[in-house]
Amino acid sequence: MSEPGILDVRCAVTLGAFDLDANFSAGPGITVLIGPSGAGKTTILHLVAGLMRPERGRIAIGGDVMADTDARMFVPPHRRRIGLVFQDAQLFPHLTVAQNLAFGGWFARHTNGLPREHVIDVLGIGGLLDRRPARLSGGEKGRVALARALLSSPRLLLMDEPLSGLEEEKRQTILPLIEMVRDEFGVPMLYVTHARDEAQRLANRIITIDRGRVVGSENLGEDR
Amino acid sequence: MFDFTPDEWTAIGLSVKVAVAATLCSLPVAILAGYALARWSFPGKTLLNGVLHLPLVLPPVVTGYLLLVAFGRQGPIGGFLYDWLGITFSFRWTGAALAAAVMAFPLMLRAIRLSFEVVDRRFEFAASTLGAGPVATFFTVTLPLAAPGILVGIILGFAKALGEFGATITFVSNIPGETQTIALAIHSYTQAPGGDAGTIRLAVVSVIIALTAVIASEAVSQRLLKRTSVFQ
Repeated sequence: MSEPGILDVRCAVTLGAFDLDANFSAGPGITVLIGPSGAGKTTILHLVAGLMRPERGRIAIGGDVMADTDARMFVPPHRRRIGLVFQDAQLFPHLTVAQNLAFGGWFARHTNGLPREHVIDVLGIGGLLDRRPARLSGGEKGRVALARALLSSPRLLLMDEPLSGLEEEKRQTILPLIEMVRDEFGVPMLYVTHARDEAQRLANRIITIDRGRVVGSENLGEDR
Repeated sequence: MFDFTPDEWTAIGLSVKVAVAATLCSLPVAILAGYALARWSFPGKTLLNGVLHLPLVLPPVVTGYLLLVAFGRQGPIGGFLYDWLGITFSFRWTGAALAAAVMAFPLMLRAIRLSFEVVDRRFEFAASTLGAGPVATFFTVTLPLAAPGILVGIILGFAKALGEFGATITFVSNIPGETQTIALAIHSYTQAPGGDAGTIRLAVVSVIIALTAVIASEAVSQRLLKRTSVFQ
């Protein structure tokens, strides 16, 4: 068997008429999953995060098995240490920004040592800590969601089209932040998008998904 | 006009005691059952839902009678509780509280079930990816987000418990100082000549207590809603 990657996915599910059979690995840096909407990108993220069970197959992170249908193994999402930045942030509306950021720390049994102050500085959200999510703009929500996921000590960060709801101008201010997060904190990311320019700019590796299958894979190198 | 007799004061105090006890006892059960009905699917769910709603649709006299049969000292549950724990329900205020709790339960359940159904599950998914297990997610995310609806359930239940009549009089009778709540005292007044003044006094008290509860809950509910709303 080949060397375990940071993420190894080989799994299948059927959801009504849609049938997903994905087979890929992700290394350090940013791996981008790109494809048209309905291709199954978000489904893959949910399988990796453990929000959905595969019908067949195996998912492993750094060699640790997260799900293996042959071995009847399934690690629930809260024990996976996989951060997920949702498309629409999903900040807890009843908690302040500071409490949202602290949330992961209430349950973490591990720490990857990301210093809270540094994450807050890099993402520029120091001035928002006392606010509730209802009083944040779309871009601010995105940054807080990214910080919240980073501070939960993930060993892999999943990002589900974090820029899709934003105007062009906002996207251009957040893209460099994602690059900074990649360079500063060294957390490997699996990044879903349908925008080619985003993929080209961020990716160490681009995996193209269409109709539930991996149809292409392109390495852009480790140093970017 | 508002010179309450000692018996009336007792009835007012007893009503509040019975309603508070009934609400507090029903609440955890209603939260658990409301969550189960909103989120889980299991065999017999429809039947369970029907049984839990029975007190709402049965004539209260029937509910009271069934309580008498089950929780009387000779009854299967009442006998057990008396023999092993020394708890008696028949002709005691505890019985009035039990009757009020049973009658209030379906109203609380409906409001609480609905409030769980409208909590966006994606917040729970987010919590799980941040390391919170199912129980922690329930207490830190689901319950706070459902709080406004749960509060509505508490108020509905409290109001129902405060005014419960049929099941209470059937189960624990109408004993001044022990089971005679405001509703039962008003009933006694209306049965006797010259009871008009007493009836009016107690009716006014009922309105004041109920109105206070509704207004207070509205105030708290507004604050909670403001806190938990996704939009400003």
